[in-house]
Amino acid sequence: MKRLINFTPSRIWRIGLALLPFAAIILLYISASDARLAENAADKLLPSFSQMGDAIQRLAFEPSKRSGEYLFWQDTVSSLRRLGLGMLIAASLGMFFGLMTGALPVLNASFAPLLTVVSLVPPMALLPVLFIVFGLGEVSKVALIAIGVTPFIARDIQKRTLEIPREQLVKAQTLGANSGQIILRVLIPQLMPRLIDAVRLSLGSAWLFLIAAEAIASTDGLGYRVFLVRRYLSMDVILPYVAWVTVLAFTIDYLLAQLSRFAFPWHAQQEGKS
Amino acid sequence: MIEIKNIWKRYGDNVILENISATVKEGEFITLVGASGCGKSTFLKMLLGTETPSQGSILLDGKPIPSEPDANRGVVFQQYSVFPHLSVLENVVIARAFEKTRLGFLWGGAKRAARQEAAELLNIVGLSHMQHRFPDELSGGMRQRLAIAQALILKPRILLLDEPFGALDPGIRADMHELVLDLWRKHKLTVFMVTHDLKEGFHLGTRLWVFDKRRVDAQAPNAYGAGITYDLPVGVCEQEILDEIDQSLAVKSQVEHV
Repeated sequence: MKRLINFTPSRIWRIGLALLPFAAIILLYISASDARLAENAADKLLPSFSQMGDAIQRLAFEPSKRSGEYLFWQDTVSSLRRLGLGMLIAASLGMFFGLMTGALPVLNASFAPLLTVVSLVPPMALLPVLFIVFGLGEVSKVALIAIGVTPFIARDIQKRTLEIPREQLVKAQTLGANSGQIILRVLIPQLMPRLIDAVRLSLGSAWLFLIAAEAIASTDGLGYRVFLVRRYLSMDVILPYVAWVTVLAFTIDYLLAQLSRFAFPWHAQQEGKS
Repeated sequence: MIEIKNIWKRYGDNVILENISATVKEGEFITLVGASGCGKSTFLKMLLGTETPSQGSILLDGKPIPSEPDANRGVVFQQYSVFPHLSVLENVVIARAFEKTRLGFLWGGAKRAARQEAAELLNIVGLSHMQHRFPDELSGGMRQRLAIAQALILKPRILLLDEPFGALDPGIRADMHELVLDLWRKHKLTVFMVTHDLKEGFHLGTRLWVFDKRRVDAQAPNAYGAGITYDLPVGVCEQEILDEIDQSLAVKSQVEHV
């Protein structure tokens, strides 16, 4: 018998073991749901899978009686648009500030402390300010994501920039490079995969900001819907929506990881070595 | 070509280098040896321009040597000398891109010409079969070959080598010595090479500098800095002197570690 720390499951076993907890949770849910529904057929707390299926069928594949829109897809598109726009702004600004403060000591001296302080401001506490300044429309929701995520990305990129070995910068200078050329050809290309990593890490908080902003003031979106139907205890809508958000988050994360692997093959090699 | 006039280097109370003067002619190959931490790398960094002397001056052709790195002085470090995000070929081409364009991107004919030139250089250092690989796929010796090719494409007058082969296996080291000597002769470079391996110093180049403390205060080991204690033409000196140097360095480094 091998020691436990040396015991590695084979590929097939690995997949089976990974699926096991998921299956267990679903089984547990089904049995609990069945038990409650057997006692009270009108119970709303743990709807059966067929009830959830019906709810999604209604929201996703039948036009809304009131507006004629397919609410599920409309919610998804609105939320993803806000999330995408917010992350795009955050990634661009974060890259810019992180790169500049990381690469140029003068800017580091004047802006790095500010960046540290700004990153400590709780973004959710700024939400009322955003609503007052930008109104209740799209801008304030996108702004919340951008404001919440930018400092994190900026600080991460700043740190990554400073981690690039000094020798490379000296080497570039001995090849005649000026500051601009070093930033464009040595720093930015090496920071791009790190930017993708930072975006992946900050997507969790981005979703948090998105759903919070939608819950408070919105007329559509995934967060809006779950908070709206909460009033009717519609667990048959809330649970599939939460699952859907999880699937979306997982897919985005996966696509970003693949993008990083294909666009920056050297980065994967480096990761593998260190 | 290079004149070093009474340079000192201090960090606070610690004296690293003490009153070093020397003259170097074009085309010399100088090997710098000494115990670790004796300041030979600091000296090299002054020649490179990333450190400045606390006192004294280094003149290049009668003018103070620029205090930041430039294309006149190529460098190879022990590691991190190459750009990990560029292929082997691009690592060499990039020097021409820096030289010829504002933003550092070559296009069309200029790019083809630079690639051609880089490929020839890679052929000389024996990396032509690795052109399209990334540095992390290369062995340590190959990476240093690449770093040397990269440093030479712009034909610098001075080549600075900071323990370039310290991390390599002995067999590969011997190959690298051949390569460096060959390139030095061909390109008529002035080479400064730092090494902690005394034997390397005896076999390479034309001149050997030994960095060591002339005075030692046992109560304050950092009160005195290192100077050049031996300045020998390579190939002329006798075995006894080399043994003597070897011994003095060994004793000193023991004292410092106690």
